[in-house]
Formats: sequence, C-alpha cells, structure tokens
Amino acid sequence: MNSSKSKFWLTMALIITACGGSDASETTNDTVANESAVVNTTVASETATKSLSGEILIDGSSTVFPITQAVAEEFTILYPEVNISVGVSGTGGGFKKFCPGEIMIADASRAIKDSEAELCKENGVNYLEVQVGIDALSVVVPTSNTWATCLTVDELTLIWTADSSVTNWNQVRDSFPDAALDLYGPGTDSGTFDFFNEEVTGEAGSRSDYTASEDDNVLVNGVSGSEGGLGYFGLAYYEENKDKLNAVQVDAGDGCQSPEAAFEGNYFLARPLFIYIAESAKDLPEVKAFVDFYFEAIDAIVPAVGYVPMLEEQKSESLNAWLEFSK
Amino acid sequence: MNSIKDLTKTNKEKAPKEIIFLCVLYLSISIAIITLMTLIFDILSTGSNRLFSDYEVGLVTKQQINNPQDFLTSLDSRDPLKAGIGPAFVGTLWLMIIVVFTTFPLGTGAAIYLEEFAPKNKLTRFIELNLTNLAGVPSVIYGLMGLAVFVRLAGFGRSVLSGGLTLTLLILPVVIVASREALKAVPDTIRQGALALGATKFQAIFRQVVPSAIPGMVTGMVLGLSRAIGETAPLIFMGALTYVNYYPDSPLSGFTAIPIQVYNWIGYPQAEWKNTSSAGIILLLVMLLTMNSIALIIRNKFEKDW
Repeated sequence: MNSSKSKFWLTMALIITACGGSDASETTNDTVANESAVVNTTVASETATKSLSGEILIDGSSTVFPITQAVAEEFTILYPEVNISVGVSGTGGGFKKFCPGEIMIADASRAIKDSEAELCKENGVNYLEVQVGIDALSVVVPTSNTWATCLTVDELTLIWTADSSVTNWNQVRDSFPDAALDLYGPGTDSGTFDFFNEEVTGEAGSRSDYTASEDDNVLVNGVSGSEGGLGYFGLAYYEENKDKLNAVQVDAGDGCQSPEAAFEGNYFLARPLFIYIAESAKDLPEVKAFVDFYFEAIDAIVPAVGYVPMLEEQKSESLNAWLEFSK
Repeated sequence: MNSIKDLTKTNKEKAPKEIIFLCVLYLSISIAIITLMTLIFDILSTGSNRLFSDYEVGLVTKQQINNPQDFLTSLDSRDPLKAGIGPAFVGTLWLMIIVVFTTFPLGTGAAIYLEEFAPKNKLTRFIELNLTNLAGVPSVIYGLMGLAVFVRLAGFGRSVLSGGLTLTLLILPVVIVASREALKAVPDTIRQGALALGATKFQAIFRQVVPSAIPGMVTGMVLGLSRAIGETAPLIFMGALTYVNYYPDSPLSGFTAIPIQVYNWIGYPQAEWKNTSSAGIILLLVMLLTMNSIALIIRNKFEKDW
C-alpha cells in the first residue's frame, strides 16, 4: 500500500512539473529524480524475493468482474510492480478483444460461442477455459408477495416466452390471486439474459414487453416497489436485498430448490463462471503467477463477493487443467 | 433612469395578470434551484462521512483509514470502505492536461482564422454551419469516432492519449464558438486604430485584438474543460478501464477516470457503495466548481469595458 501511495505522489509531482513550464523545471526535476531513485530502491529491496513486473490485461463479463478485481487487488499486495487492468466489456465484448490477441485473460459468464471460437482460430489464439465459480440466477418477488414461493420451470417458461399473453398472476396458476404481473429483467446484451433464456424459454426466445435494465440495482428497486413484480438477476443482488425481496424457489421436476441449493450443485438456474487464458500469455511469469494465485484465492473470494464456490471436484478439475496447460 | 424596473416601481398597483406571470417566473427559477440544492444535499449527506471521517476496517487485521488523503491516494478495492479513487483521479488529471494542450492552440487558432482572416464566402459559411452542428452532436458519437480514429487507425490503443484527444474533439466546437464571441466583442475601432497607425493586419490582430480577447477565450476554454471531465459515455466507448492497480505514467498507458469509477461503484449491490460513489461525486463537483470559479474570476478581473 505504501508503494502505491508513493507512486501516486510521484505521478502528481511529474504532472505538476510537466505543467510548470521551463523556468522552474530544472530544480524540481532534480528533486523528482532523487525521490524516484529513493522510491525505486526501497521498492526493490522490499520485493527482492518477489520481483515480478509487467502488465496483465483482462477484460470481459461484468458478472465475473468482482471476482477478478478482488483477486487482482490481493495480488497487488504481493506484487505491487505488476500492472493489472480489468475492463468490463461484457462477455461478448471481452472475446472480441481476446481473440485478436489484445488481452491475455477474458472473463466470461458463459462458454465461448462457436463464432467466437472461430475468430480465435483465425487469429491463431489458443486458449484454456477454466471455471472459477458459480452464479445462481435468482428469480425474485417483493416480500409483500405471499403466494409465489415456488414456480416450476414450465410456469417460468409460460411467463417469459416470446409473445406470452400472461399479464396476471392468476393466469400462471389458478390458485394465485388476481394481481397484475410486472416483469423486470436484464437487457439482451447481458450474459444473464442469454443464460436464463437458454434454460427457460429455449428456442422461442424471451418476450420483450418487460422492463429491461443492465443495472441490477434498478431491477431490485423495480421489483421491490411493485406488488405483482417478478424479476431475475444474479445471486449477489438478492443476497444484499433480502429485506426487500423473496427468492422464488424453482422446481425443475425434482422438487422446489432455492438459489442456496447451488452450493450443493442442485439448483436449476446455476451457471458456471469462467476465465479464458491465452496460450501466448501462459509463459509470462506474471500471468502464470496471477492465475496460480487466482486458484489460491477463489475459495475465500468467491463467497465474499456474493457468488457460489465450485464443488471440490469442479475445482480440482479446473486446477488440473491449468497445471497441465501451464507446464 | 427609465429602465423597466423603475417604471414598474412607480406604478404600484399590479394587474392580476402581472402577479400570475411573476408567480410563474418565480416557480420556474425555484424548480431549477430546488433541484440543484436537493442533488447537492443528497450527495453531501451520503458522501461527506465517507470522504472526511477516519475509521478502522478489517475483521481480524485492522487497517486505519485516514480520509480524505486515503480516499484520494488509494487504489480501488472490493471493500467499499477501503476503495480509493487514486488512479481515477490521476487519470482525470492526465485527461485535463492533454485536453488543455490540444484544445487551446486548435480552438483559438480556428477562431482567429474564422473571425479575422477567413473570406466571407460559401465555404466559410459551410464551415461555420458545421461547427454549430458539431456542438450539438451527442457525446457517444464522439466516443465511437475516437475508437475508430485514435484507438484503431492511429494506433494509440486504449490509452489516456486517445481519451484526451476524443474529449478535445468533443469540446472543440464549444471552445471555437466561445473564442469567436470573445474576438467579436473587441470593438472594430481597436483594429482600425492599429491599422491607421501603420500596423500590418497581422500586427493589429496579434498585438491588439487577440490580447484583448484572451480573457474571454480562457473562460470558454475552462468551461469546455469542465464539461469534458464530467463525460462518461465517450470514455466508455474508448475502453477506459474499470479497475487498474497502477497510475498512468505516460500518455500511452491505460487509464480510468473519476466519472467511470463512480459509475462502476454505484452499480454494486452492497449499500455502502452508495457512500463511496457519493464521495467520488463530491470530488468531481469540487473540481468542476473550482474550474468554473476560475473562469468567473478571469472574466471579472480581466474583462475590459469598452
């Protein structure tokens, strides 16, 4: 942390001298040069055993972002000289930079599509896909909703399918009261939307007459403020708003399951979260150290940022794949 | 002594229509002011605690946080109480420097040409029309253009230089229009006086007209700059990054900026992030108000009354 702070002041000093004009610059330049020499030597002695430097470029899914950011934050404490940048371009946007070789690691909340894999192949970019965690999509209603505690997948399909005529809760199930159905969900660009519709509406696709937002906090406020509200988004946003929202259990044929069942691997709307590592980057010592560290850290970090940790066998599978790849 | 105000004062009896009209006027101005006050109050009440108080964080190992210096100099974090705005702050400073060094020569140069040298023909009118239109183009469009031209074509990559140049394009029309107004405000007698004393056109313009117009030009520049640093949309298109663990140290390094950092923080599910992003907004507001005050001071101090 200290070195990051001295870097801040150093950069500020450089900026100020750059603006300062020519007359004052000579003396200030000297002091800056001295200071930076001091900074460099102290940093070097501190990290003599861990002298990694370089740059790691990461981009992709906004769902995986909190995990990667947290790992990067912890990594920075160990290796302050490695510059890491993490962007949020969405899963698709991430692959658009990954396949032409602009970045080294892509965050993804779904597996790579054939068209994207094709692009990687054209550019000669080989990669490894490893799972790093699980996100449980939560179907939520406001706490004032007392009837919808469990919905079957068929009922969800009935509600969300393209051109669905369902506008009232009593059309979903006969025992439900007469209350207008008010739907909220993510926009079409999001990986959450893709996954939900793959699992629930299938070929038919999603209806479009619902309130869509890429900002999950907007969805939280929308659902909680509407008597007949229904929406879906990632588990983290439900966990933080349990006082306003109830998670609907989902019945995929073998009983009602709450999103928390994803911890045992039993939840229908659980999706894997991935990172993709470029083969050309795996030999760079800083990238190798970063991914190694990623696997050390995810046990603690994934639950801390609101996601579901992988099951033991999934984790060892991911780790073995990486060890094999990075040999 | 016979301004409208004085005339209405002598006629004490107000017609009912007049009173209604005045009420409507008061209402419109109060809506604008109340909105602004509510916004500022909301931001200050949620953010000032995060920006100014000292506290300890950490469940097991405690870490002392001393604000505001820690907020201003720390890296971003997954913990809303530890997250700092350092790289974004420095990124915004870099953007400002690049914008100033490119906009000032380009903007004043174009304005001086158009106002003093350009022949009054169709081409000039076409250029003027385009400038006015450019000033109204949404900022996202500039972002797309910056992505195509600076990031891809010129090969600057997703760097602070590309971002700064895009913002330059964004405010250039505004700066040119403001500089032209400043030049227009210089009375023609100054030009003619200089010419009559034997100065060449070049001397008249650069020794008399432009120096008199500088305060107006600088004011336009500072106002344009304060617009630029609040922009998010073009920078998102440029691929300004969301998390960086380093400070930009050259025009070609990757960067993030304050508005992007705030936008990212506000999207998190945890409630504490609201305070952290408000603290970021306060910083941005302080920067904006400082710049606008500088513009005001320059205008009041150096403006000549002809």
